[in-house]
Amino acid sequence: MSASGVSVLGGTLRLTLIAGIAAAIVGLAWELTREPIAANQHERRMAEFSAVLGNLPFDTLDYDAPQRLDPPHALPGDDVAEIYHAKLADRFVAAVFVVSADGYNGPIRLMIGMTPERSIIAVRVLSHSETPGLADDIDRERSDWITGFDQQRINSVNDPAWALEQDGGAFEGFTGASITPRAIVLAVRDTLIWAERFPDRWQVHGP
Amino acid sequence: MSRIREIFADGLWHNNAGMVQLLGLCPLLAISNTAVNALGLAIATLAVLTLSNLIVSVARPLLQREIRIPAYVLIIAALVTASELAFNAFLPTLHARLGIFLPLIVTNCAIVARAEAFASRNPPMVALVDGLAYGLGFGWVLLLIGAARELIGTGTVFARLDLLIPGAPAGGVTLADDGLLLALLPPGAFFALAALLAVRNIIHTRAAQRNRGA
Repeated sequence: MSASGVSVLGGTLRLTLIAGIAAAIVGLAWELTREPIAANQHERRMAEFSAVLGNLPFDTLDYDAPQRLDPPHALPGDDVAEIYHAKLADRFVAAVFVVSADGYNGPIRLMIGMTPERSIIAVRVLSHSETPGLADDIDRERSDWITGFDQQRINSVNDPAWALEQDGGAFEGFTGASITPRAIVLAVRDTLIWAERFPDRWQVHGP
Repeated sequence: MSRIREIFADGLWHNNAGMVQLLGLCPLLAISNTAVNALGLAIATLAVLTLSNLIVSVARPLLQREIRIPAYVLIIAALVTASELAFNAFLPTLHARLGIFLPLIVTNCAIVARAEAFASRNPPMVALVDGLAYGLGFGWVLLLIGAARELIGTGTVFARLDLLIPGAPAGGVTLADDGLLLALLPPGAFFALAALLAVRNIIHTRAAQRNRGA
């Protein structure tokens, strides 16, 4: 210490001053970016919802206060499941399920739009960590594979159509990656089965 | 003027952070899978490095030996947080793709290295130039590896440029329909860096031989 001639107090004061400068930088950046960030998040969320709700008209959506099911629950995945409700003039017109498929490299977060009659409107992948190159086709930006779920229904718990073509079902698989598309098909199927079995747990009536 | 030329020559080539000092390998290897990702991270690193050099240099009177490391960490962390917020606000899709690697710029040792080796000993304007030079030097290496991996991996380069420059073509330049997947996977990053270092060493050795001969 004596070499540079600074006391502990002096060092502390200098460091405090530098911490103040750092805090000012972060504070300024936060102030300048707060509103655009909130607007972006809202826009991104709304774009996801409109993708899985198709052209369906609705006027209210509980996007900031969904029904949450903490694990363990009977929906696919070990993460929290969420159910959103879209209404038009107080009439329940669609639900949006957010569930996890059991992918090759961890959970694949799915958003599933469904009518009260248990017909799929559309499905989108929200996030995943599957192998790049092999599983790219689950992304709507890369391929229209995921639109194969549009308007699909399930006729019975053992509906043979709800499997990959290579397993005797109706859904196309990918070359080199069968676990990823299979996980998604099964997760969507299990969500439909759950919706069929427990209509009271996700359908809402009245305002 | 010759001082500035010397700084740029060091930062861009002779003492390049990515290719000679081999600092900041984590982002260099991890996020160089496409040209656009690489360019996004290069811009963020350039901004943080330039500003951190400037601020460290301005704050020189406060930087006693004993407190200089925590001081660098505070300044760099604040700048990285600010740049992450800026990406989130103004380039949200690219922000989502870069993910954890944007905040991880804070661990890029090239930045602390410039603060310690240069900015803390030189006046602000020279430190700013040094930050620009080393940031650009790290950036071109990152971009070259990113473009090479994307091209070999997918046959296309600069796909999704619209994420960085709104309105730019999203399709990129396609030279082949398909690619070698390995280039996109983590080992591809090591192969690409190794190839680049080999080329750099060849050039370096040739130049040294020429100097000896002359």
